[in-house]
Amino acid sequence: MLIRIRRRSECSRSEVTPRELYARRREFLRAGMGLGAGLALGGFGLAVPATAALRGHTLEFEPSPFSTDEAKTAYDEVTSYNNFFEMGPGKSDPKTYADQLKTDPWTITVDGLCDNPGEYAVEDFISPWSLEERIYRMRCVEGWSMVIPWIGFELNRIIEQAKPRGDARYVAFEAIHDPDNLRGQRPRRRASSGGLQWPYTEGLRLDEAMHPLTILAVGLYDEVLPNQNGAPIRLVVPWKYGFKSIKSIQHIRFVEDEPPTLWNQAQPDEYGFYSNVNPNVDHPRWSQRTERRIGEFRRQRTEMFNGYEEEVASLYDGMDLREYF
Amino acid sequence: MLVSLLPAVWIGLRTLGAFGGLGVNPVEKLLELSGTHAMIALLVALAVTPVRQWTGLAWIARLRRMLGLVAFAYVTAHALIWLGVDLFFDWELVFYDLTERPFVMVGFAAWVILLLLALTSTGAAQRRLRRKWIWLHRGVYVAGVLAVLHFLWLARADYAEVALYAAILTLLLGWRIGHRWHNRRRAHARRRASA
Repeated sequence: MLIRIRRRSECSRSEVTPRELYARRREFLRAGMGLGAGLALGGFGLAVPATAALRGHTLEFEPSPFSTDEAKTAYDEVTSYNNFFEMGPGKSDPKTYADQLKTDPWTITVDGLCDNPGEYAVEDFISPWSLEERIYRMRCVEGWSMVIPWIGFELNRIIEQAKPRGDARYVAFEAIHDPDNLRGQRPRRRASSGGLQWPYTEGLRLDEAMHPLTILAVGLYDEVLPNQNGAPIRLVVPWKYGFKSIKSIQHIRFVEDEPPTLWNQAQPDEYGFYSNVNPNVDHPRWSQRTERRIGEFRRQRTEMFNGYEEEVASLYDGMDLREYF
Repeated sequence: MLVSLLPAVWIGLRTLGAFGGLGVNPVEKLLELSGTHAMIALLVALAVTPVRQWTGLAWIARLRRMLGLVAFAYVTAHALIWLGVDLFFDWELVFYDLTERPFVMVGFAAWVILLLLALTSTGAAQRRLRRKWIWLHRGVYVAGVLAVLHFLWLARADYAEVALYAAILTLLLGWRIGHRWHNRRRAHARRRASA
């Protein structure tokens, strides 16, 4: 079940790319040329403007057997209760200050220990892959959870495309760094935000990154990702606490050693590198035994690996998960 | 008295859905609001003596007991929301919270102190305990420090709010120390002058 043979790029781009995106990019190319923007932006002229045009537009996708059939958390709740410290520490800050995240243009760099590194405009990065809906449980380290229908594709496609070398053991991710626009990254806020080391960084072991449950999400419900949820592209690792699922990714790097990660650097005794959802490893502030599903009143028991134990437990065979929390 | 009820009314109305309600995670919001107002009420109670000394208005001292009891009521409401709404009287979870989470431990300790002070807040208790009463009721300073610690250990990465409470508490406790020191020096000088 876990290993599937993939059809790669069998269909033409116009079929794979969401129709809206395909249609819109021409309009924008025309508009851009008229304004001289195409000229100014040089080689990126073609690819750049599509994401903003897509906002609020419908994506096309296939269902997936990995989806849960639990009741989905309402769209308004998923998009108005977020942790995205780049926009501020409050739960409603990300939605309030969503405009501070500038996603046009957006370039993603894939490099490090791999044979096929590359720099992609986000549209070109996404368009080769057919999109799937993955309805996943999301468990925040703060003791609340949601059920979210993500739209995206498996990260392992990107990894296979990049051809990591034998010495690559980890994948390191880096998000946007834009202190001029993002209020949470401004230097004067650093003291009050606990001295977080921007940009946001995260990492996975290569086998975790290759796991079919690990996806890069570009949409939510049937829409392009709203800024507050990590536009234009974010990681989703459903068996780990939410903070591992880094938002607004710009850099993917293959490395040999365990990469530094933002929350682990800030409080190493509280946030481990692995951060698998684990009711048996407690946190000094929030109970990890139980969680409150958003929209429900009573707490419920938290499940090992957030209920994905069957799929992922073998990744950690022989590891003491109390030590490697 | 009426003014001190306003936050409770405000929280009550939001719980019923007015003024934007309690948002996506209502239980968390309810804990947050009740905790914030418990902290504010405690700081207001601690401000009575410095304000009286500073302004020289003796009638303010008569508010002290009432404002102390108001602070106790807000802290109790906050604790009951934690116990009855958040944990829904799940005693196993209560036990884990009280034994594993330092911020809950200090918060609970602050409530216990305030409970003792509320129980001994009557004139009869004051007369019976005499000097012990004064000593016991200095426990409110400890409760204030524990309450700030409760906020500090709860904060994930945003320390702006707790820094404000800590600054106000430092000011209020610092005033008392300064005032005492000032009085002692004056008394000393007077004694020397009369000698």
